[in-house]
Amino acid sequence: MSIVVTNTQHAPASQPLGHAPRGYRGRICAIEVLDMRSGLPCDEIERRLIELGFVEGAAVEILHEGAFGRDPIAVRVNGATVALRRREAMSILVA
Amino acid sequence: MTVHVSGRGRRIALVGAPNSGKTALFNALTGSRQKVGNYPGVTVERKAGAIALPSGATAHLIDLPGTYSLRARSPDERVTRDVLLGQFAGEPPPDMLVCVIDATNMRLGLRLALELKRVGRPMLVVLNMMDIARWRGISFDLERLSADLGVPVTTASAVRRGGTDELLDALNAGTPIGSTDDPASRWSPPSAAELRAAQHEADRIIASAVTLPPSPETLTTRIDAVLLHPIAGLLFLLALLFVMFQAVFSWAQPLMELISSGFDLLGAGVHAYLPAGMLQSFVENGVIAGVGSVLVFLPQILILFLFILLLEDLGYMARAAFLMDKVMGGAGLHGRAFIPLLSSFACAIPGIMATRVIDNPRDRLTTILVAPLMTCSARIPVYTLIISAFIPARTVWGFVSLQGLVMFGLYATGIVSALGVSFLARFFFWRESPTPPFMLELPDYKLPRLKSVGLGLYQRAKIFLKRAGTTIFSMMVVIWFLASFPLPPPDATGPAIEYSLAAAIGKFIAPALAPIGFNWQISVALVPGMAAREVAVAALGTVYAVGGEGSGEQIGHILAQQWSLATALSLLAWYIFAPQCASTLAVIRRETGSWKWMAVTFGYMLALAYMASLLTYNLAVLLGAG
Repeated sequence: MSIVVTNTQHAPASQPLGHAPRGYRGRICAIEVLDMRSGLPCDEIERRLIELGFVEGAAVEILHEGAFGRDPIAVRVNGATVALRRREAMSILVA
Repeated sequence: MTVHVSGRGRRIALVGAPNSGKTALFNALTGSRQKVGNYPGVTVERKAGAIALPSGATAHLIDLPGTYSLRARSPDERVTRDVLLGQFAGEPPPDMLVCVIDATNMRLGLRLALELKRVGRPMLVVLNMMDIARWRGISFDLERLSADLGVPVTTASAVRRGGTDELLDALNAGTPIGSTDDPASRWSPPSAAELRAAQHEADRIIASAVTLPPSPETLTTRIDAVLLHPIAGLLFLLALLFVMFQAVFSWAQPLMELISSGFDLLGAGVHAYLPAGMLQSFVENGVIAGVGSVLVFLPQILILFLFILLLEDLGYMARAAFLMDKVMGGAGLHGRAFIPLLSSFACAIPGIMATRVIDNPRDRLTTILVAPLMTCSARIPVYTLIISAFIPARTVWGFVSLQGLVMFGLYATGIVSALGVSFLARFFFWRESPTPPFMLELPDYKLPRLKSVGLGLYQRAKIFLKRAGTTIFSMMVVIWFLASFPLPPPDATGPAIEYSLAAAIGKFIAPALAPIGFNWQISVALVPGMAAREVAVAALGTVYAVGGEGSGEQIGHILAQQWSLATALSLLAWYIFAPQCASTLAVIRRETGSWKWMAVTFGYMLALAYMASLLTYNLAVLLGAG
């Protein structure tokens, strides 16, 4: 796999979904919202991600990405497709 | 306990996640027996209708705005929460909930159903779009699903004939339904941990009761490979917008000519039948010419709305927001603002109302402020009239029509200034504030249903005709009166209108508009044009027709003789920006809940309009077009 972040306490090979390239397939190992400069509390971002189906164990695949800065991305989550920016996808740790 | 008012029937609320096919189901159940209105105090659309149950009883069905959770992040979602919890003033709590879940994509809907159970009202779960789910090879163990959920589960295919039979049977009065816990609500906003647990529970139920086919490849993924491709996708979006505007202009033409000649015929008939005098002038010039000049745009408005409704039903609108997110974001707008702004090409009012999907208040406000800059269909008559009168029907660069190019330029200026204004608003008012997140479900593509598109178009047409019949008609009567009274003295030499009240008003404000090249006739036309932009064309018609210089379609011809090119261009520039629509301003006030933002919109647009016209006029005069 391309970029591998190993400094989290979760699965040793987990990385943020926000760094993954198009075509990446994996499973969510954690939702960890750090400050995203989005003006919303971390807890609110976390709840919104969960409401769109991003929970631990769900299978994800990056299907498409935008033309400018490869952002936003369209992610397949257990059979449904969700568009989000890479900035928010940084909170989704996958392996 | 719930007290039933005899004869009224039970109140049933339809709840579901966005894209669950809830509205299609509502349309299938109620058909044309639905009433679309507003909840008091908010501009959230209230859809309700009566349904006949197989038992012969009648039930009252309410379609609540789609939501992923009752946490209520937007005005729409707040309505759903408050109605369900029985906290909405003037709206009795529903006797029963029907939770609609997309059978092809159950995860989010099932999680919502688990949350809705905590509201403590009788509930029924409907797996909608069963036809598509079965076709894809998904199989369901409904008994298992019902047992695991603890509420009855039924199925529906909203768009199929007879697709709601099972649901109607389940709704039949006398069928015991759902777990009625303590009616006192036990719902409270779920924490992240609770949401997570509920989603895991939903995933567990799906794993035990639903069998998915092995191949996840669907038609949607294959279409998206092209439509969401970074380059092909953007090219497709541009091509689509181009076709849309071509259609608005060329497809509508024959119908518009038909309507226009119909009104001319009617006017001529009245002219021949009625004796010459006040009554003849009122009916011919005031009523028929006035209403006709507005009704003529019905085809264009309907074609534009047809595209918007089709794209929405197809599921393409969310894709457009995905493709445009970066571009919009650069101008300080939310990706979701694309849909409201696109609707504003038809009319700013539905556009501004559609901003309710933007949950961040600041993003929503920016979108509302710039929506009136998108070229709405009410500007089309003014543009068409002036362009056809002043811009030669020539071809430039071998293949581009000059008239079409000018029209395109007007639209482009509107778009660019909308992006510019939102960029400046962001820069000056809220530079420091962070960018809110963009997260949006991309639903599977679906073939639009003729019935629901037709119903949508019918509702739009009704709104437009009502407007033409009330606001615009009364303005036409007022302008006819202003243009006809007082009567000219018997020994008058000039045209009658020279002596009227309209001329007095026009001449009064004309000095302020003289620097931008407007004569008093334009000034007169701008006064009723404050009610609705398209009225200005009719008003110009009335001013010049009453002035005894011909009628109807020759107005362009008269303008070409009376105005300089610089004046015409200045009026076009004015129309890109001028806040000439009382209804839009009223909607802005209602949606923002403040007079301040309405005044801000009015002020900045007026200032932009004056500056743009001043610049255009002087530049044109300088270049010898004065």
